[in-house]
Amino acid sequence: MKYADEFRDPKAARAVLERIAAVTDEIGATAENPVRIMEVCGGHTHAIFRYGLDKLTPAGLDFIHGPGCPVCVLPMARVDECVELAERPEVIFTTFGDAMRVPGSRKSLLQAKADGADIRMVYSPLDALEIARRNPAREVVFFGLGFETTTPSTALSIQAAAAEGLGNFTVFCNHITVPPPIKVLLDDPYMRLDGFVGPGHVSMVIGIHPYDFIAQDYGKPIVVAGFEPLDLLQSVLMVLEQIRDGRAEVENQYARVVPEHGNPVSIAAIAEVYEPRPSFEWRGLGEIDASGLRIRAEYAAYDAEAKFGVGYGAESRNVPEPEGCACGAVMTGRIKPVACPQFGRGCTPEMPLGALMVSSEGACAAYYQYGGARAVDVVD
Amino acid sequence: MCLGIPGQIVAITDSARMMAMAEVSGVRREVNVACIAQGPAEGLLGKWALIHVGFAMALIDEEEAAKTLEALRGLGEAQEALEAMAAGDAALEGQR
Repeated sequence: MKYADEFRDPKAARAVLERIAAVTDEIGATAENPVRIMEVCGGHTHAIFRYGLDKLTPAGLDFIHGPGCPVCVLPMARVDECVELAERPEVIFTTFGDAMRVPGSRKSLLQAKADGADIRMVYSPLDALEIARRNPAREVVFFGLGFETTTPSTALSIQAAAAEGLGNFTVFCNHITVPPPIKVLLDDPYMRLDGFVGPGHVSMVIGIHPYDFIAQDYGKPIVVAGFEPLDLLQSVLMVLEQIRDGRAEVENQYARVVPEHGNPVSIAAIAEVYEPRPSFEWRGLGEIDASGLRIRAEYAAYDAEAKFGVGYGAESRNVPEPEGCACGAVMTGRIKPVACPQFGRGCTPEMPLGALMVSSEGACAAYYQYGGARAVDVVD
Repeated sequence: MCLGIPGQIVAITDSARMMAMAEVSGVRREVNVACIAQGPAEGLLGKWALIHVGFAMALIDEEEAAKTLEALRGLGEAQEALEAMAAGDAALEGQR
């Protein structure tokens, strides 16, 4: 257990790890027939690998890496639409840095920038608003990307633009929501999941009740978790104890940040500016009903899709994934990253083929960065 | 982008628009505080918050802020957030 020395409180970590091992035994889970727990959030996936939690926990416990990395689930067609918008001469395209290297079918945003498009990495949609104020003759488009954690920021920015009558600011909305893909995975007959570690910062916005269906309709436990390694271990233990006791409940390990009913100002802003799309495409999962948001008609002046005629309003936009890329199978937990034929060969963090290799929250990038001998053995 | 970073509210810059100055790891950055304000923004002075892409999203205490920052440093995410803030400042000046 030498890795536990890296914990801020190694003694507490060891105590939780011992209880995890004991409860895994009590459940009767083994390496051949493990208990399968999905961490939904990409930030958790990153932390699990960074701290080697998958190696510190018993072989009878298998972490399945969920679809909770917004960059990783972004389909190629959306990247192509970003490039199309960015290449318009009047447009200043603003985006979080995370999205720059996601491959499109023609090019990534990074390549489009090298080719001369005015693409600017920003920290916040507030930066994009300021760029719009300073460049009244240009059209400033902000790439709205992310789950419920970042959705309030673009909703409030659109409201701010409307309040000051800013006519040259739009959002290309690709916001997605966490509960629908969980339902898809639970409905998948090939998927066996015994419980979930729920996302912390998404839940800070929406609260814990949107997960009630997981416990009530599917009989699976879910524990909303913080991001410190000890938070994650405690949450895993809480899931295992529910499984052992035959309980299925929504529990909140991260109550110091996550209120039961979420953040009311954020929820109101999201509801005012956005509405669910009939369906939205996810890389690896396909179209999922009511899983994406679009800007309401009242705010159409701030909607890049309406203003520039791209996106779901345009004609058929299906773009096949690159050949040999197994992001879809990894995303749905069917295979581990190292089982993809391109892993570490045609697909590396420097030259990603699939989106899971791009972000530090993607399962493939996490395996590549922290997998050490395990990943290298497979590649070589 | 999703993990956020703790910051302390050190000044109110525009109370009507709910904008404040936050100090994040020694770096000052203007943030929106609409989601954490209970009443006038001035009530937030000195408080700690989790800041996501320029928006303060949850009030936390100082100890939680320190623990979160340490966890983010361990993941390399604290540095990433500070670099993104610097990139955002450069983008305002039209530097590509």
